[in-house]
Amino acid sequence: MPSSGYDAACLPDLLPLYYRRLFPFAQYHRWLNYGGVQKNYFQNREFSFTLKDDIYVRYQSFSTQTELEKEMLKMNPYKIDVGAIYSHRPNQHNTVKSGTFQALEKELVFDIDMTDYDDVRSCCSAAEICSKCWTLMTIAVHILDRALRDDFGFQHLLWVYSGRRGVHCWVCDEAARKLSVAARSAVAEYLSLVKGGDETVKKVVLTDPLHPFIRESLAVVERYFPQYALHEQEILSRKESVDKVLALVPEDILFLFQCCIYEGNKAVIRSLCLQATAKKGQHFEKEIMLQYCYPRLDVNVSKGVNHLLKSPFSVHPKTGRISVPMDLEELDTFDPLAVPTIRSATVLNARVVCCEKENEKDAAERRKIRDYKRTSLAKYVKYFDQFLDGLALSWKGELLKKSDLEKDF
Amino acid sequence: MQFSGRRRKVITSPQVELYGQALQFYGQPPLENMSLSEFESFAVDRLKLLKTIENLGVSYVKLSDDYKRKLDNESRNLNFPYRPDAVPDDRKSQVGPSEYEKRRKDHISHFILRLAYCQTEDLRRWFIQQEVDLFRYRFNGLQPKQKVEFLHKNNLQYDTISVEEKKTLQDKLVNSSHNVSGITVEDQDFYKVPFQDALDLVRTRKVYLKAGYVYIPHQDIVAIVLNDFRTRLSKALALTARSLPAVHSDERLQPLLNHLSHAYVGQDYSIQKNVGKISLEQIDSLSVKSFPLCMRQLHQALRDSHHLRHGGRMQYGLFLKGIGLSLEQALQFWRSEFIRGKVDADKFDKAYAYGIRHMFGKEGKRADYTPYSCMKVILSNLPSQGDHHGCPFRHSDPELLKQKLQFYKVSPSGISQILELVKGMHYQLACQKYFELTHSIEEASFSLNHPNQYFIESQRVLGGGKDIKREVGTPQRSQENSAARGSTADREAAAAANAAKDLPEMTEDLDSFFQDA
Repeated sequence: MPSSGYDAACLPDLLPLYYRRLFPFAQYHRWLNYGGVQKNYFQNREFSFTLKDDIYVRYQSFSTQTELEKEMLKMNPYKIDVGAIYSHRPNQHNTVKSGTFQALEKELVFDIDMTDYDDVRSCCSAAEICSKCWTLMTIAVHILDRALRDDFGFQHLLWVYSGRRGVHCWVCDEAARKLSVAARSAVAEYLSLVKGGDETVKKVVLTDPLHPFIRESLAVVERYFPQYALHEQEILSRKESVDKVLALVPEDILFLFQCCIYEGNKAVIRSLCLQATAKKGQHFEKEIMLQYCYPRLDVNVSKGVNHLLKSPFSVHPKTGRISVPMDLEELDTFDPLAVPTIRSATVLNARVVCCEKENEKDAAERRKIRDYKRTSLAKYVKYFDQFLDGLALSWKGELLKKSDLEKDF
Repeated sequence: MQFSGRRRKVITSPQVELYGQALQFYGQPPLENMSLSEFESFAVDRLKLLKTIENLGVSYVKLSDDYKRKLDNESRNLNFPYRPDAVPDDRKSQVGPSEYEKRRKDHISHFILRLAYCQTEDLRRWFIQQEVDLFRYRFNGLQPKQKVEFLHKNNLQYDTISVEEKKTLQDKLVNSSHNVSGITVEDQDFYKVPFQDALDLVRTRKVYLKAGYVYIPHQDIVAIVLNDFRTRLSKALALTARSLPAVHSDERLQPLLNHLSHAYVGQDYSIQKNVGKISLEQIDSLSVKSFPLCMRQLHQALRDSHHLRHGGRMQYGLFLKGIGLSLEQALQFWRSEFIRGKVDADKFDKAYAYGIRHMFGKEGKRADYTPYSCMKVILSNLPSQGDHHGCPFRHSDPELLKQKLQFYKVSPSGISQILELVKGMHYQLACQKYFELTHSIEEASFSLNHPNQYFIESQRVLGGGKDIKREVGTPQRSQENSAARGSTADREAAAAANAAKDLPEMTEDLDSFFQDA
């Protein structure tokens, strides 16, 4: 579903404006530098750029924020990905003895992609999204955020809208950054409930006892299910979708339903489906809800320490939308289609600057303050600032510890 | 010998000290001299044991009764320890080596295999996996008291939680795993362990997890121990690799060590034998006649949607490389198919061609990737929504699998035989049965463990068969086999004189063992 009026042809003109005026370099550097607690953390971080004409360059790295700014302005990347912190500067990896250049640390990341839900959504498919199926992302964020905080003890989670059809999560705790491949894969599998490809019909199977994690996740799904699945997706309205649901019901219960269906009694089916007096050990109604709503994550994205993921605040070249951080306090009202686009952000900024030029006082001074403050990007950068303030508390402790050790008063 | 009152001083022989525990972390290497032939035979026996573990692990649920029984048998046959409660200097039941000797063999053979298996990432991964499974089986066989003793002796200190906390968390603890009941919570100590130390339990969600800690009852401390074992072994192998040049300079050892690590790999179909002998036009018909079901499925999906996702491209692409497609052919094959779909030529060249060249070792770290074995296809990289890779016998819904087999015109009785095998989790046997049914032969003359092997065997059957040659070779070898298993004393006597001669015989045994297995 194209965002109305967006044409990738505008990128060569608008991206430079975006990078010059709007991209929040100071905050970005503050994030990736992590307080300077570890030496060369920022310098050894890999970035990759996708330039005009699909030219892809890896192993970009920068010594300072200024250098990052200069290079981005020069290269004008259409897409920016962030990778791992390596043992050496990525842009010098060719000079390093083979085998010694290694990815050491990276945030733990998750990528939820709406395409993975194509078998259970009827309103859209592939890269399209709408307000009806966006609820799936809302559910996913609620479930995963809770689990990562309460179960795993992580505290610094940055949720970002990908710009097109999904959300990303960056877990920035120090413990998360230091996780091994095996640990990342274990976390991702703990969080996985929907299993199987096209060949598998029943993708969620629950057995007794139900783990507390499953209970908590179900509680979230149940909150949204009636409105989302029954009203918006209408999974029980048409024959094909009813058949799909029934394919997930055990044979013996199905027999009971067949009678009701042929009577055409929707209300009865609905209540049977959702509140069936399940035999002990049978959880099919829960399994159905989870199959339709539970987050589907790509384990491979989370596993690799060196995996590259789209950067917050980068532009999505196919939609023009900016990957903005999401404030979880306003999660339920988040509208991906109303997110600032490169056009709206730069144009809005231009208008404001124009008006201000007319009130000529301290124009130069004001220009120094990043222009995002006057644009629709403002609230997202503010939220990012809050996130960074929280993160900063964690490395203040580290810095104190370090200076104590070095007896540096 | 002194007697004081009623108490006798028990004289502990040095043997009891050294191998007092049934199970060990292999922290200390052996420090003794031994004969070359003992060195070789220990190593070969342990490799056989590890190979058995690998095969059993695919066909049976680990630690099921069948699994344990078979592993007990194999351990006994190879003179490895299998009864953890046997006392080291027990001389009563002795036919064959004593418990002490078995433990010594276990200790030494482990360290020898470290030398052979530390060299590459793949070898290390394989070795660690089998040793972990072996350790799991043995730890599982210990009595509870012995387990506690083991933990203490090996410095695994984890904190227990207070009685109040246990009470508060009781419901959650009980609901988090099958074998924790209210009584368990009351009776046993629960340990708070950082989740990074208990990944297996976290991965399978078999434990209660809160704020980054898992809460484990004493009875389940196994998973932790296994993780610890795995980590220690991994670090040790890295260290071993560094001292390898010194070892390799000893010419007596180098040939054996090389042969040991090669034997595991056996046929990995990485060396392309028939490059260019297959033309692209043949692939459609080959996919029906000679491809295993997994590859036939992938080929079909590719033709239908003109696209495959990454997992499918890897599994199928490497298989094609293994049957002899050259890089140019591969590029043409994928390109022509993808272009029929949503990808234009330009995009293909930019986004997908790189990956294909990567597969052939022409990009990046230039590793020449080997086609996936059945084990790899079954166990790693689970397919999810939109994927078509994996093993259909393992990953497809039984109903869908049945439909597919019907569509491929397999007889109803054949289908039910296959489904039986699938139910019993014998995926490779199911595929073998599929082979037998589609090639109209009674019994396959091979033991399936690799998709490319399936292809080669299929071509062999369809082309008239060279099986006869193989048959003749085998009986001769099994004679040598039984001769080699003579008594230790004989072997030691022969060793000095025949050290050089024994080696090729031993390694031939190894080859035949792994090929016929």
